Amino acid sequence: MKADVPPSGPPLVELKGISKRYGDLLANDGIDLSIEPGEIHALLGENGAGKSTLVKILYGVIEPSAGEIRLEGRPVTIGSPVEARALGLGMVFQHFSLFDELSVAENIAVALSDDWSLSTVREKLGEISRTYGLALDADRAVWTLSAGERQRIEIVRCLLQNPRLLILDEPTSVLTPQEAEHLFTTLDRLSAEGCSILYISHKLEEVRRLCRRATILRAGRVVATMDPRASSAREIAALMVGSAVGEIRTDAPHHPQGETLRVSNLSMPPAGLHGQALRDINLVARAGEVVGIAGVAGNGQSELFAALSGERLADHPESIAINGKPSGTMGIDARRRLGAAFVPEERLGHAAAPTHSLSENTLISHAATEVSRSGFILMNAARRVARSIVESFDVRTPEGDPQARKLSGGNLQKFVIGREIIRRPKLIIVDQPTWGVDAGAARLIRQALVDLAREGSAVVVVSQDLDELFEVADRMAVIHQGTLSPLRPIGEWTKEAVGLEMLGVAQGQGGVHAI
Amino acid sequence: MRFELTPRTNSPTVMRVFASVAAFLTAFLIAGFVIWLMGRSPIAAFDVYVLQPLSDPWSLQELLVKATPMALIAIGLSYCFRANLWNIGAEGQYVVGAVLGGWLALRTHGTDAGLWVLPLMLLLGIIGGALWGMIPAFLKTRFGVNEILTSLMLVYVAQLILDYLVRGPWRDPKGFNFPQSVTFDPSATLHPILEGGRVHYGAVFAAIAVLVTAIVLGRTLFGYRLKLTGDAPRAARFAGFSSKATTLAVFAISGGLAGLAGISEVSGQIGQLQPSISPGYGFTAITVAFLGRLNPIGILVASLVVALTFIGGESAQIMLKLPLDLTQAFQGILLLCVLAADAMVSYRIRFVTRGGGK
Repeated sequence: MKADVPPSGPPLVELKGISKRYGDLLANDGIDLSIEPGEIHALLGENGAGKSTLVKILYGVIEPSAGEIRLEGRPVTIGSPVEARALGLGMVFQHFSLFDELSVAENIAVALSDDWSLSTVREKLGEISRTYGLALDADRAVWTLSAGERQRIEIVRCLLQNPRLLILDEPTSVLTPQEAEHLFTTLDRLSAEGCSILYISHKLEEVRRLCRRATILRAGRVVATMDPRASSAREIAALMVGSAVGEIRTDAPHHPQGETLRVSNLSMPPAGLHGQALRDINLVARAGEVVGIAGVAGNGQSELFAALSGERLADHPESIAINGKPSGTMGIDARRRLGAAFVPEERLGHAAAPTHSLSENTLISHAATEVSRSGFILMNAARRVARSIVESFDVRTPEGDPQARKLSGGNLQKFVIGREIIRRPKLIIVDQPTWGVDAGAARLIRQALVDLAREGSAVVVVSQDLDELFEVADRMAVIHQGTLSPLRPIGEWTKEAVGLEMLGVAQGQGGVHAI
Repeated sequence: MRFELTPRTNSPTVMRVFASVAAFLTAFLIAGFVIWLMGRSPIAAFDVYVLQPLSDPWSLQELLVKATPMALIAIGLSYCFRANLWNIGAEGQYVVGAVLGGWLALRTHGTDAGLWVLPLMLLLGIIGGALWGMIPAFLKTRFGVNEILTSLMLVYVAQLILDYLVRGPWRDPKGFNFPQSVTFDPSATLHPILEGGRVHYGAVFAAIAVLVTAIVLGRTLFGYRLKLTGDAPRAARFAGFSSKATTLAVFAISGGLAGLAGISEVSGQIGQLQPSISPGYGFTAITVAFLGRLNPIGILVASLVVALTFIGGESAQIMLKLPLDLTQAFQGILLLCVLAADAMVSYRIRFVTRGGGK
């Protein structure tokens, strides 16, 4: 394997002293990074460490404030993604840029230069699919594909241009464990053929599986460049976070009792053209326990959240019972008054209004709090509530009563979760509690949810992060194409079994736990 | 070379006030330059446009008379615009308010109907405007039709209805065939606040609307609901605010206030129905609402400023032979300057030259 040969000559790509300033924020601060030919190089760091900024600079999306990029020793200016592609750089973004209505081949052709006809694309697509095991049907419409398949389109699109460096931004965040393993095999093969890969992630395990060299960023700076296999996960995590990461206490005894939430045979048509229908969902959450719902993004999680919260109403009141009360046709306010609380996936724009102050944002869950009386706002009460959330949940804010958007992702998430927990709900339903949140905040949030359950509330956590669910959940189910698997105690699940449920292949196999 | 806008981390109130003043000065400078290009003295124009109206008691009254309908309409529009709903049809709601209220005045014409006529006319004006305004709201919530188009088109429908009525069934039989109704009876007339003055009670309605709106928008959950719907619609739904109810409510409010402006103008100012009852108040009120930054007090000030440009424009036409279109041009320049000043307070603007980003 080429990667085993010690490199000679200049590195393929060399970044020297790259800095990027946004107002008062230094997103990248004098970053040095070099990537050898054929190497899989990891760029590790928490959310907000500056990884995305750095690769966007490398891919010509944004312009650095200072620093130099060298390609095989020659200084280059990369002014746009088009120039980046011309220099042999390819990138797969975390959020795909595909046209849902177009076919796979059309989506690829759109991104290529004019001298590619649709038939050449189709031919080349077949070739690459076979070589790298990236199965794709050229004529399928994109909206019918899974996230994993969509990602393959993006990868193939890059490979068609014979890149020398492939950049992948958090590629496994939308994949099942099985799909991720498949991706790793493909990447290994690419690297063996001499293509360099810059692999951006915050997941240690996959970096250790894939890479020999990792650059770790923290707060915009390089804190280490190392071989990730030579250090323990704990050491690397400490480098990323800047301090040792504690574990969640879940050991308190619990005796779940009373059905706080019962969902019975809940079905719902899809909300939009490409939405997911919910099919015959049954779920019980008891006081004192954390129920986890795993699944790959886009399998009905947001639809389930909308149905449970009352943002979309069910046809029958009996489909959902909160504290024994049929509430399937109740609006979100009425459900809040029954003691339920909700935290949606999207922090900015859904859970909180970006340009409103924190105290104004407490008004969003006003129906069950003391911040308004007979239609009038009690601004002092709202400020008091906001302050106590900030204090109890360690929300680090700019001074005073800042706008929600001025908070970092982790701090805002602590705020929106704190806003609900502080009123001690009997039931809380959280969609993606720690998505895009730094490790410290994630730990605090998980602990708060577990503590709330131990005090006698029912907690439902919908998450794509399996590690998180294994950490906090007492019982877990998997959602796949709008169908929910049976709830099982967490001890009866293995990652493999979850993966099979996520792919929808576990049905009719009897002994799931035996795998 | 290109521009880059980066949000400022803090923008103090002093800076905002200063920016508004600067915006006005800039607008005056640009207008002065245009007038100079047209071969007139900018100084003389400033005198005619601004100083004379402000130093003459008759003009000052006229200022309030003109500002009244614009303030009423713009206050109503601020409910819509805060919720990010675009009611462009206030002119039509104004006309329908005048027609429905005017209908009662014509029905009771010549009878000895008493004091109840006027209040009922005003109420009918509000109802007429509100119902006309709720048509686009209903079409939007029920069928998803774009409210900008429907509300605008309904303006022309309303104007043509009025035109038909005053040329046909409602024409004054003794009016020498002029397309206008009979003159309203005293019982159907909104009287001046001061005996012999020109300012009618519509100005009081506008002042009440400003006060009530300041409280509603700033202190009530309904006011927050509009702000949230405008700034983060999904969060508004998450807060339990139905967007359909919000849409219907704000169109009813803004239509109602426009209708009140219409009937007040007809019964307090014009005294009869005729084909044209507005120099475009309903459209200018959109400018007023944004000049006032959707803030009730700001709108009050802005309506006075815009009324001044109307009055100044009329005298400039007579005294300096400057076209009346210049007034509209100045209103546009002023709005652009204010919006630009807003942007410069909120953002820092940088010129970036390719490759030299040290």
